[in-house]
Amino acid sequence: MIEIKNLQFGYSRKGAPLFSDFSLSLSAGQVVGLLGKNGAGKSTLIYLMAGLLTPDAGQVTMHGVDVRRRLPSTLADVFVVPEEFELPSMSLNRYVAVNAPFYPRFSMEALKSYLDIFEMDGAMPLKSMSMGQRKKSFICFALASGTSLLLLDEPTNGLDIPSKSQFRKAIAQSMTDERTIVVSTHQVRDIDTLLDHVVIVDRSQVLLDAGVREIGQRLTFGSEVVPDALYVQSTPLGPVTVSPNLSGLETPIDMELLFNAALTQPARMKELFTRK
Amino acid sequence: MDFKENKAIYLQIADNIGDRILSGELPADGKIPSVREMAAEIEVNPNTVARTYEYLQQQGVIYTRRGLGYFVAADAAQIEVRERRNALMQGELDYFLGRLKAVGISPGELKALYEDYLK
Repeated sequence: MIEIKNLQFGYSRKGAPLFSDFSLSLSAGQVVGLLGKNGAGKSTLIYLMAGLLTPDAGQVTMHGVDVRRRLPSTLADVFVVPEEFELPSMSLNRYVAVNAPFYPRFSMEALKSYLDIFEMDGAMPLKSMSMGQRKKSFICFALASGTSLLLLDEPTNGLDIPSKSQFRKAIAQSMTDERTIVVSTHQVRDIDTLLDHVVIVDRSQVLLDAGVREIGQRLTFGSEVVPDALYVQSTPLGPVTVSPNLSGLETPIDMELLFNAALTQPARMKELFTRK
Repeated sequence: MDFKENKAIYLQIADNIGDRILSGELPADGKIPSVREMAAEIEVNPNTVARTYEYLQQQGVIYTRRGLGYFVAADAAQIEVRERRNALMQGELDYFLGRLKAVGISPGELKALYEDYLK
């Protein structure tokens, strides 16, 4: 679906680039969690995937077309919800009337169902909304746009607790086999049951690029401290650990532990995940 | 649904559906929610629910009717009871009996407690 090849990018010509020789490929029909520390380049990668930034070298293609050419056919098929954004002073209904025609697969019926999930009213002026409400309105529009690629940068930031649950419902409902949803976040607990695939980046490196099923098969998350544990974390209820899955039984994935293990033990993680 | 147990999510969803079958909320030959409906209801990835349904189908708990969706098998409740009995005998009971032993509850006391519980 989307293919990043030997990408190089930096905001300034001086100093080390943010990405160099970075490659990643995402297939259709999945919700991909893009995880990384602050400043790891998550947002930059999203803008590069959307064709909003020009790589210094390498390229990003979607359905085989370089996204940076910004062809109408590409633009009609990608939607980005940045972490922070401005919306014009009009109601969501008006916004939809003006902008929906750019998205050939936009569905009014879908929009209505997402607005219902979020308990939002399309007639309310966007400018009078709180940040969380504006975010929800824009997410509804984004999901209803029907694009093959949907890029969400920290979508749960600014959402209250019930809205986070509504967000998960809306994403689960909007998934199709043709669609790829990339969710960048550092608040993994908000979305952990929603992900099909996890990509952990740190500067130019992809520390992990694996489906949740594979992660469950290769790693065990539990409370037993074993000698070959990849990561051990103390909690009030005792230690929690990530270790290689030797029993073959799958445990639920703890995304925070997974993230910490990938950051502290990149070499062992790589070895575990390349093993046949 | 709360995911807390140390069991893969797709299996926890299967247990939850099993509970609903045993309680009669999902009757034999009744339709169960589609993958997408179930995913939205419990806020998980649709592919995880698809995996649950695949697993339940293998166990014979549910079946598909082409174009119509998933249905509860006629003998789903019996299969559930059998599977749960197996799980209990194979692990859970062992753990429980170990705890009883550790705090010194005698077989006689346990019998009385269980009889009392069944009343």
